[in-house]
Amino acid sequence: MAEARADDDVRAHPPEQTPEPTPARATARERREAWGYEEATAGRGPRAYRGLRAYQGVRVYFLIVGMWVRSTMAYRTSFVIMTLGNLVVTALDFAVIALMFSHVDVLGGFGLAEVTFLYGTSSTAFGITDLLFGSTERIGRRVRDGTMDTLLVRPVPVLAQVAADRFALRRMGRIVQGVVLLGWSLAHLDVDWTWDRVLLLPVMLVSGAAIFASLFVAGAAFQFWASDAAEVQSSFTYGGTTLLQYPPTVFTTEVLRAVVFVIPLAFVNWLPALHILDRPQPIGLPGWVGFGAPLVAVACCALAGLAWRAGLRAYRSTGS
Amino acid sequence: MRLHMAVMASGFRRYATYWAATAAGVFTNTVFGFIVAYTYIALWDQRPQLGGYDLAQAVTFVWLGQALLAASALLGGGFHEELQERIRSGDVAIDLYRPVDLQLWWLAGDLGRAAFHLLGRGIVPLLVGSLVFELTLPASPLTWLYFLTAVALGVLVSFAIRYLVALSAFWLLDGTGLNMISLVLSLFFSGMILPLNVFPGALGDLAAVLPWSAILQIPADVLLGEHQGTDLVTAFAFQAGWALALLAAGRALQSVATRKVVVQGG
Repeated sequence: MAEARADDDVRAHPPEQTPEPTPARATARERREAWGYEEATAGRGPRAYRGLRAYQGVRVYFLIVGMWVRSTMAYRTSFVIMTLGNLVVTALDFAVIALMFSHVDVLGGFGLAEVTFLYGTSSTAFGITDLLFGSTERIGRRVRDGTMDTLLVRPVPVLAQVAADRFALRRMGRIVQGVVLLGWSLAHLDVDWTWDRVLLLPVMLVSGAAIFASLFVAGAAFQFWASDAAEVQSSFTYGGTTLLQYPPTVFTTEVLRAVVFVIPLAFVNWLPALHILDRPQPIGLPGWVGFGAPLVAVACCALAGLAWRAGLRAYRSTGS
Repeated sequence: MRLHMAVMASGFRRYATYWAATAAGVFTNTVFGFIVAYTYIALWDQRPQLGGYDLAQAVTFVWLGQALLAASALLGGGFHEELQERIRSGDVAIDLYRPVDLQLWWLAGDLGRAAFHLLGRGIVPLLVGSLVFELTLPASPLTWLYFLTAVALGVLVSFAIRYLVALSAFWLLDGTGLNMISLVLSLFFSGMILPLNVFPGALGDLAAVLPWSAILQIPADVLLGEHQGTDLVTAFAFQAGWALALLAAGRALQSVATRKVVVQGG
């Protein structure tokens, strides 16, 4: 029920953020001028303009996030209960794995510590993205009820507003759980920690989060066309993190090919983790493939950015 | 009775309207079906006959879970958030004015929804699963009939639980916390995350007698032919018993709750 109340935009965004009124059919250039970016970066070329806009986007993202955190903290008990509840719901994933390992010692040739390592890395990377970008999956609702329009008239990148919208600090629960299990697995794994493996671990978590973020943004863009179809992206986001909690050896080569070449989820943790765990790469991939994760993440983000722009351009208001 | 049939029909139509949402849901159920099926295959590969199921039965269980996920509202959804919002905003006073019983009204609507979800969200995932994997689906139409009966009783139990959760809003106003607890219990004890017969020792015994087992585990076991003869009657009686007990509890809670309602400005 907090959902309905909190969607109230007037409360969510203080009126001083309202821009100068722009003509109804303003061109993109006129709108930018009205927002002051053009003026502020006059004579310094498009790069300065884009830099300022990106900086503004990040700044406003954190302003909106701060506002939601303050609003959450107004109901502190509710926040604590929801965070604990979130922790328990995400822990159910691991309960399945724990129950499975009460019957077997290895699953797909991987021991409990190794599966926990996969679980911890997948869950941490996904948790970071879910915290920072999870709200983007709610965009279909805004497209349906027409409140998307209010986001478009503000002098702030729409993506920053959508990502920060109804920021839910309780999603920390998943990150906490992921990090705890990752820590446990690191203590129980028998790994030869050479420098490249040590380096690959944080790189893997950051690239993994970026790959998930690109899926969230691309999924949100898709909702501009199919506002009812929010659930499709769950297949790739929630489905993706579930898939990656299990060893790749459990799945068929068709599945592996799909998550390497089509939707590169395998780069979130499988391929880098296989290098750390000193196991051969699947489907004949070379041993160094895990190091490609940052490049894949950058490419995914670029594609998601293009998809987002195309989606935003295709947006038609409900007109009601 | 005619009124309730009409409410049921409109519950069906309401969900049938959003075909894109239905298609998206079917897609997601199918993707999860694949992911979970492969993990079960890995598990049963090492422990054939785990929990008394063979591999085909275990994989069938996965696809049945995905097929019934929406119909039996295992992830929540359905009506209870809506009723909670009406209680919070006070709109429930209008519902109580109507010359219709509150519980039966929402039950009729939810049965219509479940009927649509069973057809719209259930058939395709099960079909895809049966095309790709070797499933244990019965040839006898009688078993399918028993299965549908078990599903219907399971939906009743599921409704009765969600109705109790919804009514909690009369006291708590914000049902979010309780909804979350209800979701966890439903996922864990229905068999959705893992069949209950795989649960170890006392936990397995406990799970088998709790009402959530009536929602997924029993319908699945009926389809898999685990319940035969008198055992089948016992299973139905177990489901019906929980349905009656929980519906009666909902009724009792409803009469306490409605005595509590104060309509302002009346």
